[in-house]
Amino acid sequence: MEQDKLIISVSPHIGSEESVPRIMWTVSASLLPALAMGIYYFGPKALVVTALCLIGSLASEWFVQKMAGKEITLSDGSAFLTGILLGMNMPSTVPFYIPIVSAFVAVAITKQLFGGLGYNIFNPALVGRAFALITWTRSMTTWAVPDAAFAAVNAKTTATPLGILKEEGMGKLLEVFGDKLSLYKELIIGHRAGSLGETSMIAILIGAAFLVYRRYISLRIPLSFLATVAVGAWIFGGKGGLFTGDPIVHLFSGGLMLGAFYMATDYVTCPTVRSGQIVFGIGCGFLTILIRLKAGYPEGVMFAILIMNCFAPLIDRSFRTHVFGAKKAKK
Amino acid sequence: MEATNPQKIDYWKVTLSGIFKENAIFRLAISLCPAIAVTTGLRTGVLMGVAVVFVNVMVNITVSAIRAFIHPRIRMPIFMLIISGWVTVADLSMAAFAREAYKQMGLYIQLIVAFASIFTRAEIFASKNKIMPSFFDGIGMGVGFMFALIVISFFRELLGKGTLWGVSIIGAKPLLIMLLPTGGFIATGLLMAFFNWIDIRFYGGKGAGGASGH
Repeated sequence: MEQDKLIISVSPHIGSEESVPRIMWTVSASLLPALAMGIYYFGPKALVVTALCLIGSLASEWFVQKMAGKEITLSDGSAFLTGILLGMNMPSTVPFYIPIVSAFVAVAITKQLFGGLGYNIFNPALVGRAFALITWTRSMTTWAVPDAAFAAVNAKTTATPLGILKEEGMGKLLEVFGDKLSLYKELIIGHRAGSLGETSMIAILIGAAFLVYRRYISLRIPLSFLATVAVGAWIFGGKGGLFTGDPIVHLFSGGLMLGAFYMATDYVTCPTVRSGQIVFGIGCGFLTILIRLKAGYPEGVMFAILIMNCFAPLIDRSFRTHVFGAKKAKK
Repeated sequence: MEATNPQKIDYWKVTLSGIFKENAIFRLAISLCPAIAVTTGLRTGVLMGVAVVFVNVMVNITVSAIRAFIHPRIRMPIFMLIISGWVTVADLSMAAFAREAYKQMGLYIQLIVAFASIFTRAEIFASKNKIMPSFFDGIGMGVGFMFALIVISFFRELLGKGTLWGVSIIGAKPLLIMLLPTGGFIATGLLMAFFNWIDIRFYGGKGAGGASGH
């Protein structure tokens, strides 16, 4: 026998081809359809904003790790993913410094200062965006009119569907988009004002379906999140009383799809226990609909996910499964 | 703090220790509430610092002067009485002589009563040392606190309002978030890191362990 030694090793004995870099790069790749739609509708400026976010987050990661004397892990793709998500959450009209500073806040302060990948409490891209929204409110809420096919620089601005819905109601929204059917159609394709990567539902869902197929994300958080928003919008969203709201408009507008599939499912900041993940999703949905309908901002996905991020460890602890044999039998 | 041999206490060293080595905010991480609350402007930061220096020095002197008469079991209430007495003096003087600023920060002046940085100095230093060392210790801790407030409020006012001492410098409001409590925590944390870095890089220290500092 060639191999006459008995090899003893500790578990796990079955290796997987999956690794953190592989997952990060695949998730980044799955965002490309939505990003492409954003660039198609908002023009080259959208590409510039995303590129600035990417440069900013990669440079911040490199800078902090260099300063701290750590191993530089740009190739694991996590800073890249944060950058691309941050870029997709920005309006295409922002001045150049906003993406760079937000990317620094996202990667350097939110992730690296808490200990790097795996130790951050909050989703880095969302904190970057929240920082930008609070600091430069006007720039971050100036939305370009989407104009297909690489239109020249378009100076026209408009409100997002959610903004119109909040300020002027459903009637105005139908006036802008024609009738209900074309409103839904435009929302699904992504021909509307909004952050550059959040508008096209169909492109986001294609990317998300790929991630679900590869089992990188489970459907527990997104589905419970979306269902809560839909039910909440249906019950409380209408002006004419209970059960008159339009759940489809709420589902397909704002950053809900992007948030539910890509932000809320972040491995680091969501609960790991399965039943806890459903609670997490319901909490996100509840806060989203609460902010959308009652608070000052037209969109609440970002703050909802950030708030629920705080509760992730608590949820994990409350819904922890009992380990077999860890508990003494009752006498 | 070794104080067995009073002749050997170096006043200069005691003072400097309070400013740098045992800086209440950047090294000990105590009394952070006022450091966040009053540092939205350089003016309020400086006034708060002055009030803290005054109270810290007077409390140290008083405690040190009557330390022989304070029974150890009831020292906490006694310290509290002394501190609140001197805070009342600072509070009323400020209300009389700096009315505009007092309107903004009157509450925080009264909150000096609950400052950990002052209470610990009475407990650790003044109740065991003679009057002169206690005086310099109060100066050191107070000035160190004021220094921290000035640095934090400098950056917060400059970045948040674009002004310094109410005078426009930048002409815009570059980072509005710096005026919010969030910005206060970010600024304080980054400055703390910066002073730790200086300590480690140039003085071979270990840096402060945050709240576990001693």
